[in-house]
Amino acid sequence: MSSGHSTYVPKSAFMKWFESRLPLGGLIHSSFIAYPVPRNLNYLWTFGGILSFMLVAQIVTGVVLVMHYTPHVTLAFNSVEHIMRDVNYGWLIRYLHSNGASMFFIAVYIHMFRGMYYGSYKAPREVLWILGVIIFLLMMATAFMGYVLPWGQMSFWGATVITNLFSALPFVGEPIVTWLWGGFSVDNPTLNRFFSLHYLLPFMIAGVVGLHVWALHVVGQNNPTGVEIKDVRKDTVPFTPYATIKDGFGIVCFMLLFAWFVFYQPNYMGHADNYIPANPLVTPAHIVPEWYFLPFYAILRSIPDKLGGVLAMFGAIAVLAFLPWLDTSKVRSAVYRPIYRQLFWVLVLVSIGLGYLGAMPPEGGYVIASRLLTAYYFIHFLVLLPLLGLIEKPKALPNSIADAVLTKHAGAGGAVVAQGAVSAPNTKG
Amino acid sequence: MSKPGLLIAGVVAAMVALAGAASVPAHAAEGAPKPPRESWSFSGPFGTYDRAQLQRGFKVYREVCSSCHGLGLVAFRNLAEPGGPEFSEAQVKALAATYQIHDGPNDAGDMFDRPGRPADRFPLPFPNEQAARASNGGAFPPDFSLLAKARTFERGFPWFLIDAVTQYQEQGPDYIHGIINGYVPAPAGFELQPGQHYNEYFPGHRIAMPKPINDGQVEYPKLPNGQPQVPETVDQYSRDVTAFMMWAAEPHLEARKQMGFKVMVFLIVFAGLLYFTKKKIWAKAHDEEAKA
Repeated sequence: MSSGHSTYVPKSAFMKWFESRLPLGGLIHSSFIAYPVPRNLNYLWTFGGILSFMLVAQIVTGVVLVMHYTPHVTLAFNSVEHIMRDVNYGWLIRYLHSNGASMFFIAVYIHMFRGMYYGSYKAPREVLWILGVIIFLLMMATAFMGYVLPWGQMSFWGATVITNLFSALPFVGEPIVTWLWGGFSVDNPTLNRFFSLHYLLPFMIAGVVGLHVWALHVVGQNNPTGVEIKDVRKDTVPFTPYATIKDGFGIVCFMLLFAWFVFYQPNYMGHADNYIPANPLVTPAHIVPEWYFLPFYAILRSIPDKLGGVLAMFGAIAVLAFLPWLDTSKVRSAVYRPIYRQLFWVLVLVSIGLGYLGAMPPEGGYVIASRLLTAYYFIHFLVLLPLLGLIEKPKALPNSIADAVLTKHAGAGGAVVAQGAVSAPNTKG
Repeated sequence: MSKPGLLIAGVVAAMVALAGAASVPAHAAEGAPKPPRESWSFSGPFGTYDRAQLQRGFKVYREVCSSCHGLGLVAFRNLAEPGGPEFSEAQVKALAATYQIHDGPNDAGDMFDRPGRPADRFPLPFPNEQAARASNGGAFPPDFSLLAKARTFERGFPWFLIDAVTQYQEQGPDYIHGIINGYVPAPAGFELQPGQHYNEYFPGHRIAMPKPINDGQVEYPKLPNGQPQVPETVDQYSRDVTAFMMWAAEPHLEARKQMGFKVMVFLIVFAGLLYFTKKKIWAKAHDEEAKA
């Protein structure tokens, strides 16, 4: 998979000198220019680039926000308002950052579901997938701590509820919570350490993203057929210009969605309560986490036992790391797995359902529905996927990516294929 | 739609649904009717504040609300800045001077009061929350600086999804307008404690604030014929003061929406150019496939 479409030849004398001491030009060339990209990737494969863009955007806006923010319980809320009112374009930077977190999660969920649909986690991409799960965990921790920083009502009470989860652990629970808080309640030490970690974790994410991209470049990209690259010349195109222009177009389309929220409804994804300064004496009527945590919040609340709920919530994420071994099918892509394809869409609906239930009060029918969907979520991964690989009869796979593309073209009417096949899964988009 | 198209659409729908579920407010009003939807000049992608309305709203705030409700995050100078009520510098200077600001210590180490300057923020009506509660039967009148963004009501499915597309985000102003106009006689048998008032739109209906304003209470600027510009009614007062509160909560709303339009136009054109460039670049690869 390492052989690309071309090799780097330094042109100037300086670059020759430099390259023999640090082959940076060669690395960039092999990673972003000559790197072979399956020619049949669809637009779902642009979300890796979109996520890289979002990570950079969050770090850049975040670094600017830190220049104006004050992490102290008596000053934090007003320092955010100072950014919103008095700092030049502070409202823009802050809304970009707060909505950017939501956009980041929209992109990562699409990216993850794409991986599940096309079986991108299967050998030899297990390590690549697990690194992705680690990035997802780091993102959740970062987003959670970031939401605490404005020190509004939902910041405070969200932090109180979530950190209290650790108290469910036997024996060590209470000391751990005290240690996390730096005291006996969520207070100034908590805010300070969350601020510190909120600044640190994105750079850890960037590091793991580096490993994620490295692993990707070792094993190569999966593709909508799930068939490995057989002939680099026939099955792939060079990253530049093909993937760069396509990713660029995908990123700009995603920026349109981003801009829609930032400029026209910047508070849609947030809670009104977070515009009320934190008050430890007044509990909001409903404490609800940010939307991207809602499915996991629903799983947490669906278990009547506190420790059980905590374990189920973390288990719901941990189970993803074992996906490469839980899915016993040899076939990667859902395109050739008729039953799995349906189960995939059921899982998507169940996840949305859990998200909805996570926002509802934990009472009556909502509790029953949460329990059913939580049970199904785990059954999908722990029972259905292992069994399905043994009983499902997959459709015939194409011999190669090039074959799949050609068959599609023949089906679409010979030479005038470029239009007709634009977004079918077996063709390049 | 093609399969990846469906997949994208499905997952995006999923995300939007999740996002929407998040906007279910924590203030979920048990059994309270939803306030009616009003028309606001600042709604929609091209919304702007009505200067005259903000100036009237400020008058209502100053003469009525400010005796109990603070405006602690707003400075006098903000009243003259673009995108707001846009009073003149001279007006703001004169206005600020009518307030006494607690300042100090001076060289002798003493605290003192001095007339306000445009850079000062509005002084608070009570020295602290306890004093505010003591003067208001135990209730704490919330600060107005962010109230229009800090209040909302539950929209429910499927409205929260539709709101993301139609840009309806004036739940806060609608709620505040509803509260000011929501003082109706309590239904027979509805128990109210002393110091409680019945309000149609307040969660639980028991509100500590008495009916805050009455018809004719605030005098509005007059037309040449001696008639006020707009009716001096509770309904009009509530619209004006709510618009003022929205500006106080989101003083850069106009700049945001105007920049948004430019950004959207730029991104759409840029996306279009990238799309055709992409098509042209990929045409070569498609030719190879056709020949193979």
